[in-house]
Amino acid sequence: MSGDSVMRAGLDETGVGRTGQAVPRRPPTRDAPAAIEVSHLTKVFGGRAAVSDVSFSVAVGEVFGFLGPNGAGKTTTVRILGTLISPTAGSATVAGIPVGPGGAAEIRQRIAVMPESPGLYQRLTVTENLEYFARLYGLPRRQQRITEALAAVGLADRAHDLTGQLSKGLRQRAALARSLLNEPEVMFLDEPTSGLDPVATHEVHGLIAGLRDRGVTVFLTTHRLEEAERLCDRVAIMSTSLRTIGRPDDLRRELFTRSLNVTVAAALPEPGRVFGGLPAVQGWKAAGPPGGAPPGEGPAGYVLTVSDAAQAAPAVTRALVGAGADVLLIAESRHSLEDVYLELLGDDGGKSR
Amino acid sequence: MSASTARVGAVIRKELAEFRRNRLIVTTAGVLPVAFLIAPTISILNIRASALNATLNSRIEYSLFLPLLVPVFVPSIMSAYSVVGEREQGTLEPVLTTPVGRAELLLGKAAAIFMPAAALGYLIFGVFVLITQLAARPAVAAAVRHAPQLPAALVFVPLLAAWGIWVGLAISTRVSDTRVSQQLSVLASLPAVALAALMQFQVISPTFGLVAALAGGLLAFDCAAGLVVARLFDRERLITGSRPSGGITHPPPPLVRE
Repeated sequence: MSGDSVMRAGLDETGVGRTGQAVPRRPPTRDAPAAIEVSHLTKVFGGRAAVSDVSFSVAVGEVFGFLGPNGAGKTTTVRILGTLISPTAGSATVAGIPVGPGGAAEIRQRIAVMPESPGLYQRLTVTENLEYFARLYGLPRRQQRITEALAAVGLADRAHDLTGQLSKGLRQRAALARSLLNEPEVMFLDEPTSGLDPVATHEVHGLIAGLRDRGVTVFLTTHRLEEAERLCDRVAIMSTSLRTIGRPDDLRRELFTRSLNVTVAAALPEPGRVFGGLPAVQGWKAAGPPGGAPPGEGPAGYVLTVSDAAQAAPAVTRALVGAGADVLLIAESRHSLEDVYLELLGDDGGKSR
Repeated sequence: MSASTARVGAVIRKELAEFRRNRLIVTTAGVLPVAFLIAPTISILNIRASALNATLNSRIEYSLFLPLLVPVFVPSIMSAYSVVGEREQGTLEPVLTTPVGRAELLLGKAAAIFMPAAALGYLIFGVFVLITQLAARPAVAAAVRHAPQLPAALVFVPLLAAWGIWVGLAISTRVSDTRVSQQLSVLASLPAVALAALMQFQVISPTFGLVAALAGGLLAFDCAAGLVVARLFDRERLITGSRPSGGITHPPPPLVRE
C-alpha cells in the first residue's frame, strides 16, 4: 500500500484516471480462492430475521456489491463478517478464517470495516485519529503507514486538521485512510457514499477503484445501483434473503430479453412484412410515437425482440431502407442494474414479498 | 489473558488527548472540586479562637468529608459517558472492528480517567491543608494536621476514584443514553459516599485497623469490578442494542482478544 502505487497505476490522487474515466476493470478472478465464504447465514433479532439463509462467496481481489433496500440485512451481514455480532445460524469464513470467537481477533487484524458513519474523533486531528488506530492494530512503522494512507486518499495536506472541521466528503476519505492502515486483505465498505454530494461521491468511487487495483477484496454494501454497476465485478441483491447474485451483465441477460429500439420518420404501412423473417429477430411491437406525438403523425417507434442484436441490427436497417422508410434510430435497449433490481424486488424494494 | 500494554496505552493517549481538546469537560469537571474546596476552607478559616473542641472537630469532619466526594463523583460522571458516549458519536463501532480486546479498551478508559481524578482529589486535599496551615489559627491548623481522617482520606482517594470509574463504566456499557448513564452513575456512587461519610463523621472511628480493612475491601471490590465490567461489555449489544440471539453456541469469549 502506498501513494506511489496509486500513481503508478495511472491514477490521480483520488484513484480516478486523469481523463475522469474510471480505470478499466480487471477481469473477475473466478478461479481465485475465496476471500469470503458464507453458508446459510441467518441472524434473528427478537424473533425477526434480519438475514435469512444467505450463502455466497467472494473471490480474492473481487469488488463485490451487496445491494438491497434499507433494512435488507446488508449492514447486519457486514457486522457478522466483521466479527462484531455472531450469527444465529450458518457459518462464514473471512480471509480463510472461520468467523467465531476463536478467530475473531485474527480476522480483525486482517480486515478493515468502514461503517456508514465515518466514526472519527472530531476533536482529534486526522493524524491523531489514524495514529490511534495504528496503535490498536499494533502496526510497526506507524508514521510511514499513516503518511502512505493519507497520500493514497489525497489527504496529506489536511493531516493536521481537526476532523470536526472537515467536510463530509473529506471525513469519508479520512475514514478510508484509516481503513487502509493495516493493509487489509478484505475491506468492508458500508454505504461509503451515503449522504455525499456528487463530487465527493465521485472521489470515493475513485478511491474504491484504486483499492481494486491494489488487489484488495472489497465488499461494498450500497443501495446506489449506478455505484454498484460502475464499481463491482459481481453483485448480490438481497432483501433479508438473497434474491440473486452474478455479474451485472449476466443478471440483465437472465432477467430481460434483448431488444432493438427502432424509430422511423413515419409509421410503416405493413411492419409485419418488414420485420418478419429477418435473422435474429424474434418478434416486434409498436412502441408508440416518440415524444408523445399523436398516432399516425410524425416519427413512429418499434421494439424488436432479438436473439443477437449485432446480427439483427444490420438486417433490420437493410429491410427498413428496402421498404423506403427513413430510419432515424436503431439502438439496442440496455437494461440498467436498476431495472434488474426493480424486477427482483419490485417498486417497494421487496418489502411486500 | 494478558492485555497488550501498547493497546491500553493507545486508549489512554486518545482519551487524554480528547480531554485536553475539550476544554468544557475540563472546566466543568473542575467546578465541583473547587466548590468542595471553597466551602470547607471558609468553614475552617472562620473558626474562632474561642471555639469549643466539639465545634472544631465538627468543622474538621465536615471539611475533610466534602473533598472526598471529588474522587467519587468526577470519575463516575466521566466514565459514565465513556462507552455510551462513543456509541452515540459513532466512534465505537470502528474501534470494535480492530483487534483491541474488551479488557484493553476498558483498562485504557479507566486509567485515563483515574489519573486525573486521583490527581485532582489529592490536589484538593493538598490545597485545603496548605491554606489551613498558612491562614487558619494555629490551634485550628494543628487540629487539621493531626486529624485522623486526613491520612484515611489520602488512602481512600484512589480507591474511591476506582469505585466511581468502574461503576460508571459498568452502567455505560449497559444503557443506551448518556444522560441516563450519568444520572445512574451518580446514584450508584452513593454507597461509597456513605462509607466516606460514616468514617469522616466518626460514626465509625477511622482507626488504622479499620482503615486498612476498608481499604482492602475497596481494593478487592475495584479489582473484581474490573472483571465484572469486562464481562458486561458485550460488542453485539453495544452495536445493535439487542442481546445476542440464541442459535450458535460459542464458548465464552476471552476478555482481552476476541
